[in-house]
Amino acid sequence: MKRLSLLKQPLLNTVNEHLIDYPTPSNLSYWWGFGSTAGICLVLQILTGIFLAMHYTPHIDLAFLSVEHIMRDVEGGWFLRYMHANGASMFFIVVYLHLFRNLYYGSYASPREAVWILGVVILLLMILTAFIGYVLPWGQMSFWGATVITSLASAIPVVGVDVTHWLWGGFSVDNATLNRFFSLHYLLPFIIAGASILHLAALHQYGSNNPLGCLATVDKVSFYPYFFFKDLVGWVVFALFFSWFIFFAPNTLGHPDNYIPANPMSTPAHIVPEWYFLPVYAILRSIPNKLAGVLAIGLVFVSLLLLPFLNTSPLRSATFRPLYKKLFWLFVADALLLGWIGCQPVEDPYVLIGQLASVYFFFYFLIAIPFLGKFETSLLQGSARA
Amino acid sequence: MLSRAAKRAVLAARSCVLAAESSTSSLSSSSASISFFNRTIKTGASSTSSSSSQASSSNTNRGYAAGAALGSALSVAAVSTTFVASADEAEHGLHLPQYSWPHDGLFDAYDHASIRRGHQVYQQVCAACHSLNQICYRNLVDVAYTEQEVKTMAEEIEITDGPDDTGEMFERPGKLSDRLPSPYANEEGARYANNGAYPPDLSLITKARHDGINYVFALLLGYRDAPAGIEIRDGLYYNPYFPGGAIAMPKMLVDGGVEYDDGTIATETQMAKDVTTFLAWAAEPEHDDRKLMGAKWMFAMALLTVTAVYQKRYIWSQLKSRRVIVDAVR
Repeated sequence: MKRLSLLKQPLLNTVNEHLIDYPTPSNLSYWWGFGSTAGICLVLQILTGIFLAMHYTPHIDLAFLSVEHIMRDVEGGWFLRYMHANGASMFFIVVYLHLFRNLYYGSYASPREAVWILGVVILLLMILTAFIGYVLPWGQMSFWGATVITSLASAIPVVGVDVTHWLWGGFSVDNATLNRFFSLHYLLPFIIAGASILHLAALHQYGSNNPLGCLATVDKVSFYPYFFFKDLVGWVVFALFFSWFIFFAPNTLGHPDNYIPANPMSTPAHIVPEWYFLPVYAILRSIPNKLAGVLAIGLVFVSLLLLPFLNTSPLRSATFRPLYKKLFWLFVADALLLGWIGCQPVEDPYVLIGQLASVYFFFYFLIAIPFLGKFETSLLQGSARA
Repeated sequence: MLSRAAKRAVLAARSCVLAAESSTSSLSSSSASISFFNRTIKTGASSTSSSSSQASSSNTNRGYAAGAALGSALSVAAVSTTFVASADEAEHGLHLPQYSWPHDGLFDAYDHASIRRGHQVYQQVCAACHSLNQICYRNLVDVAYTEQEVKTMAEEIEITDGPDDTGEMFERPGKLSDRLPSPYANEEGARYANNGAYPPDLSLITKARHDGINYVFALLLGYRDAPAGIEIRDGLYYNPYFPGGAIAMPKMLVDGGVEYDDGTIATETQMAKDVTTFLAWAAEPEHDDRKLMGAKWMFAMALLTVTAVYQKRYIWSQLKSRRVIVDAVR
């Protein structure tokens, strides 16, 4: 009897090879589940966003009111909007955990450079999308956040002011800015989706890294059912965490000033970005010179992109690298500290703490990672000789 | 648990002192404690009759007595520790006392009788200067009033509508679909009438301020004489909860300032509590539905989590019970 297999048909066999029969190292821990959870976040953001766009009006006089219309008059509108607004935060939580897992287990290391670089590109696109998305409700923080961040472009020598006006589509953040931000906010998620498929394709060339960081070909199991059901546990726990915010603390992660309609004549006491930008914002503010601050932000992403090439350790996983493990957890603490500094006023002692934390941030990527690998190798060779 | 209760009592004591300072009788400060020490929740009491809310307030007398006793016992401590304002407090406003609102809990809905009373406070006191642009008359139906009550209320105002078939605008009585009327035609008019200050729209006020519900309540009761050394310009009033300490809004709530249709005694703190609850509802009208839906959804997800964990262990049991033999010789 010949068994008809749908999964051997064109296209479906690709699905089968990458999502069903896909060979996965059997020792992946729950930390490996954040990739698929991030994918779910992206799909949820796109879906809620499409439905929100059916009721939203990108005009400076109507944007704020149309958001309130969604909250009050659209059936289930508050659910869609709280899911979308908190969904952005959830997406960043998941992606940051995904990134820290990567740093801990050295998943960025050769031969997975392409996976890592595509991941950093996705992060950059996410930051851009989240930033322009936060502008759309046209509250006070939307307006002033947009003004502060787009003005960073004016730090570029010679053409800075022209570039800023080109970004705004006028001589201030105004209706043209809001319109183009809405258009781009609808476009970018689909580019992120495309980049995510490339990210997955690049990953599947060599397969996942694993908690031991060594070659895992000796013991791989099919993705379905093993990792489907393992990831499912992560998804439902994530759903519980996410729903807690939607239903019981929908405005905790937002800023109250964004419930005040944008007013170009009145500057808020403190202009604070969304929490997921705070570490980078702290680095920007710890440098008194505007251009240097912008360059420092650039350096954050350049260091991330260069990471696989800066790394000199033949061992991937921190499990076998006690010194690296300490530096890693210090880096996690440093990132959290920078996040806290980012929402403090620019005054003593926050400025100094922020500067020291920024120094460690770059020390970790640009000095610790390149030299520690060499140092560990020399220690190992030394003990081998002895 | 004990320390949390003690903290709450300190805060209640602080509000008692505050209320007493703002020249109200000690009786009025007590009614605030009634509301906050009693956590009875009335869900769906959309058209609550006066009798039910009277009954509930008499039931809570015991709760109040306990609260007041605790409050007075701790008030000395509260005065000595919390009335020292730092430079930061002057800039951002005094740190807000935390009250346990009846709708704080996960399974708590708004106190709808309080929303109804709060609407009466808004209508009779606040609406003279503050708009509530996001609220239509229809929003009040089955929340604080019956449909008939709201229709009658809406018909009391005149709305300019049109144009009609002849191209003329015309006046008509208000309908359920109309928004609550604004006191001023525009921001310029509002500023002109208020010495340059703009009374903000209150639709989102509890969401648009940090810890907004406690902020509005503390602000309404926070008026007192400026301490020595602080100069307040003419036309401004001292209120330590307002960032900067000088607010253009005068103290508006006084005992008996409103006549409640359910017979509740309109003390200053009672009115502050009711109007704050009303504004909390105006900012988050979806609150009750949201928490109910959340409770159902979280329950379902919790069940699904148990199932998913079981399923994962079931599927993985084969792999987890493998015996790996490394046969290096062959």
